[in-house]
Amino acid sequence: MAPINQRVARSGRFPVWRWVILLVAAVYFLLPLYAALRFAGIHAFGAVFTQPGFGSSLWTSVQLGAMTWIITMALMLPTTIYVHLRMPRLRRVLEGITILPIVIPPVVLIIGVLQVAPLALRATMWLLGLEYVILAMPFAYRAIDAGLRSIDLKTLTEASSNLGASVLTTLRLVIVPNLRTSLLSSTVLILALVLGEFTMASLNLVQTFPVWIVAFDQDNAQISEAASMLALFVTWLFLMLIVLVGSRQARRTGRGEVNLFSVTTTTTTTIGES
Amino acid sequence: MATNAANETAVASASGATGAVAPDDGSHEGTSVSLRNLTRAFGASRALDGMSLEIAPGELVALLGPSGCGKTTALRIVAGFETADAGEVLVDGQDVSGVPAARRDMGMVFQSYSLFPNMSALDNVGFGLRMRKANAATRRQRANELLEMVGLSAQASQFPHQLSGGQQQRVALARALAIEPRVLLLDEPLSALDAKVRLQLREQIRTLQQRLGTTTLFVTHDQEEALSMADRVGVMRAGKLEQVAVPDELYSRPATPFVAEFVGTMNRLPGDLGGGGTSVTVLGTTVPVQPGGPASGPVDVLVRPENLTVTTATGGNGIVSNRTFLGAISRVTVLLSGDTEVRVDIASTQAAAMTPGTAVQVAIPVAAVLVAPRAS
Repeated sequence: MAPINQRVARSGRFPVWRWVILLVAAVYFLLPLYAALRFAGIHAFGAVFTQPGFGSSLWTSVQLGAMTWIITMALMLPTTIYVHLRMPRLRRVLEGITILPIVIPPVVLIIGVLQVAPLALRATMWLLGLEYVILAMPFAYRAIDAGLRSIDLKTLTEASSNLGASVLTTLRLVIVPNLRTSLLSSTVLILALVLGEFTMASLNLVQTFPVWIVAFDQDNAQISEAASMLALFVTWLFLMLIVLVGSRQARRTGRGEVNLFSVTTTTTTTIGES
Repeated sequence: MATNAANETAVASASGATGAVAPDDGSHEGTSVSLRNLTRAFGASRALDGMSLEIAPGELVALLGPSGCGKTTALRIVAGFETADAGEVLVDGQDVSGVPAARRDMGMVFQSYSLFPNMSALDNVGFGLRMRKANAATRRQRANELLEMVGLSAQASQFPHQLSGGQQQRVALARALAIEPRVLLLDEPLSALDAKVRLQLREQIRTLQQRLGTTTLFVTHDQEEALSMADRVGVMRAGKLEQVAVPDELYSRPATPFVAEFVGTMNRLPGDLGGGGTSVTVLGTTVPVQPGGPASGPVDVLVRPENLTVTTATGGNGIVSNRTFLGAISRVTVLLSGDTEVRVDIASTQAAAMTPGTAVQVAIPVAAVLVAPRAS
C-alpha cells in the first residue's frame, strides 16, 4: 500500500481510537469509584460525620496542611528567589537536593528521622509536620522555580528597588503577585500531599485523616469507604477551585496558564545583555 | 508654555504630599554628577579602570562603546546596583557610595522590559510615589500627567502585556520620571525596539529630558543614538573613557584612533611619518599630524570619506570598484595600488561618470590628520 493511503486511512480512523482510549481510561478510573460507591451505600455518607475520631483526625490533617504550607513557603520562597538572583549557578544543585525526598522512600526517611529526633517530638504532630516539609520541598521548589523563570526577576527587582522599594516591599508587591500562579499550584500540591499521606503519619503514630480511615476500616468498612470517597471529592473540588482562581488571575495579567504541575508562560520576552 | 506651567504646579504639589522639603524652584533640575576614578573588576577582567566623568546639571551625557567596554557597569554603579572597587560617585558633591539604590532618587529605564506585569500602566507609573507614601489621589493625578506626557493616557488601565514594546518603554520612562529623579539613568532603553519606534522614542526622550531639565546618563552602543541625543558623548573602551566631547567635535576631531574609527566611517591609508612624527606623507601629499597617535613606526592615516577628493584621471592612482548612491551624495569605493580600498563621498552629480572600472585620482587636502599604528 502506498504511504499516502496509509496515512489517510490512519487519520480517518484516529477519532475512533481516541474515543476507545478515552473510554478505557474512564473505565479504569471510574470503575473503582463506582464499586466503592456501591459498596459504601448512600447511607454511609451521612454517617461519616458522626463517627468517633472523624472530626479530630480531619482537624489534625488540616492543621498539618497549614503548618506544612507555612513552613515550606517561609523556607523555599526566599531561598529560591535568593538563588535565582544571587547564585544562579547553584540552581542545578538546589534542584538536585530538592529532588532527594522523591528518590528516598518515605519509610527510609521516617526511620532515619525517628532515630535522631528528640524524644519530646516523637509521635507528635510537630515532628510529622516537619517531615512533611521535606516531602513537600520538591513540589514547592519546582513550582516556584518555574514561576521565577517566567519573569525577569533581576530586572523587576532592580526596577522596584530603583523606585524606592525595600526588599520586603519588592517581595510583597512585585515578586509574589507575579508568582501567584506558581504559588497556587505549589499550594495545591502541598495540600494534596499532606491530606493523602499515610506511611509517615502511621509510623509517627499520629492519627491523621488517612490513618483514621484505615484504622476505622476494621470497625466499619462501609463508612470508612464513604469517608475516603468524601475526602477524594473534597480534595478534587478544592483543586478545581484553586486552578479556577489561578486561571482568572492569569487571564487578567496575561501571565502563564495554571497547571497543577507547571506554569507555562505565553508572554515572556528576553533581551540579550549588552 | 502653558502645559509646562501646569506640570510645574503638579510637581510642587506631589512633592508637598511626600512631606519632603521641596522649595518650589524645581530643585531636581540642579543636580550634578561626578564619577571619580571608578574601578571595578569582575574576576580577572577590569570592567572599569579608573573612569572619571563630570555631568553638569541638566545635561544629557551618553556613554558609547562596544559591548564589554564597561559603560553599563558605570551606569549600574551610579544607580547603586553595583559597587565600585575604588573611586566614588558624587551627586551634587555628596558621595553616594553608602546610599542604597532604593534611596538614591534616580529614575532608571532598563534595556529589557521592566514594567511590573501585575500592575496597570497607571499603577506602574505611580509605584515610585507609592513608595514615597504619596496618597492615592496624588499618585493617580501625577501618574496620569506623566502618561499624558508620554502620550499614553488612553492606555492607563492596560496591563504591560497589552502594550507594544515601544509603549512599554514609554511607560517605563514615565515611571522613572514620576519620582522626579535627581538623575535619570537610561540603560539602552531603545535597543529592544524596531527601527521606526526607536527613532520616535529617541526624539521623545530628548524633548522630555530637555523640558524637565533632568540630568541624564544614557548608555548605548548605537553611535547614531548617542550623537543625535546627547549634549556630550563619552566614548569608552576597556573600562576607560577615550574622549568626552560634544557630538560634532567627536566626529570631526576624534582624540584617539579608537574614537576615530568607532564613530562614523573611517578610511585607513598607509602613510610615512616624517619630521619626527609631526608630518605624514599619504597619497603623495605631506600633511601635518594631529597628536594622539604614535610618533614613529609604520602608521595608517585615518581620514573620513568626505575629507578626500576623487576625480576621473587616466593614469590616476586608483580604479573605482563600487559606487553607492545615497541621495545627494554618493559613496565611491576606489581600489588603490597596493590593494588598499578607500571610500570617498562626493556629490552625486560628480559621481555620475565614476562607474566601476573608471581610472581615478584620489587626493587628500592639506589638513591635520590622525595616525594609528598600521593594521597588520
